[in-house]
Amino acid sequence: MTPLAKLLEAALFASARPISTDELAALDGEASRAELQSALDEIREHYDVEGHGVELSELAGGWQILTRAEYTEAIERAQLAARPARLSGAALESLAIIAYRQPISRSEIEEIRGVAVGGMLKSLHERGLIDVVGRGEGLGRPLLYGTTPLFLEHFALRHLEELPRADELAIALRVPVRDADAEPVASAAAAASAGSAGSE
Amino acid sequence: MTAVFQSDTSANPESGFHVELTAFSGPLDLLLSLIREEQVDIYDIPIARICEQFVARIRTLGLNEAAEYLEMAARLLRIKAQMLLPRTESEQWEDPRAELVRRLLEYQQMREVVDVLERRGEERRNQFARAYLPQAAAPPQAPLALSLAELLAAVDRVLRASKVPNMHEVIPRALDVPGAITIIRSVLAMRARIMWTDIITSASEPWQILSTLLGLLELAKLGEIKVAQLKPYADVEISRDTASEAA
Repeated sequence: MTPLAKLLEAALFASARPISTDELAALDGEASRAELQSALDEIREHYDVEGHGVELSELAGGWQILTRAEYTEAIERAQLAARPARLSGAALESLAIIAYRQPISRSEIEEIRGVAVGGMLKSLHERGLIDVVGRGEGLGRPLLYGTTPLFLEHFALRHLEELPRADELAIALRVPVRDADAEPVASAAAAASAGSAGSE
Repeated sequence: MTAVFQSDTSANPESGFHVELTAFSGPLDLLLSLIREEQVDIYDIPIARICEQFVARIRTLGLNEAAEYLEMAARLLRIKAQMLLPRTESEQWEDPRAELVRRLLEYQQMREVVDVLERRGEERRNQFARAYLPQAAAPPQAPLALSLAELLAAVDRVLRASKVPNMHEVIPRALDVPGAITIIRSVLAMRARIMWTDIITSASEPWQILSTLLGLLELAKLGEIKVAQLKPYADVEISRDTASEAA
């Protein structure tokens, strides 16, 4: 491996969190972005080709060395490390809505999920997956929530755009346009009444 | 309802009831699964049938204590009622199910994203990152190895460095209310009516004025004297309270 690749490897090994390219650049002031990228590629290939137990992953706007999934069970059985608890379906629902509609208020999330989410937001906030990103214009200036870098890390996403776009989902729905949701309702109504015309 | 983790199915201490989390994550979830089971068109929901099923289901699942499910049941019943109302061909008929359909579609779309997140989260969960190493506990601070002279010198340096504060000497002078009361009583014993300016002179010090004022208020409270001011800023008139004297 090149000296730069070794330096980056050491830094990635030392850090408990993903390291962004900017942070990697600070390790060697002379290295260009292209050189950093090729050094990262070199590390990744090194792990993949020679068959290491770890791999280099790109996530949450940075890079991180992770163990390969096939060794997880053995590591956990030996109690050397434990997997974090799975998020509940309700937690995932709230996160999905926040990820797509951020910044979003509690009442807007409740409107989509059909249940109260106050306690859920508190737990997600405590877990560091969401954060308050501002206040809304509406009555009482409600808190607006957004996802955090830890959210990306938790789901191994490089950035939010890696989630399927709204129009890529099987059911294409309105792209979040605040206070302009009259049109989709009308079209849904039209579709519904068109469907019912034959049967009723 | 608010548990973040699947393993955590214990009842939410804040709410009096317990909703099984793994079954349904909300009324829309239950509704969608009914629609799927019944294999009906989401754009043309047979509302009477689905409504009955929904109510029956929340009973068997013990969800009928949860406000959200009850609210949805009420909403379905209302839509059912609206559907039964006769409608004329001429006026524009708005499908009462439209809003529900919109919400269901929106919810279903969100569930698709949940599937993506669930898959990605599970993949990441099966990989370990470098474990977080807790900071080594800070060693207990060594006892101060200082002589008294060194400590005093240090205090002196600190005091010298700081700006000399603007100091005032404050002489404690307690108010003498009992004394003032005695004076007022003795003056009133001689004269039935006195003026404020009779007992306070321009030479009186603030503590004396305050003592006299408090003394007057105390006597007035006890009912021994009457205090009157005939017009604003006029001199205050103090007189014996004859009514209480008689009593």
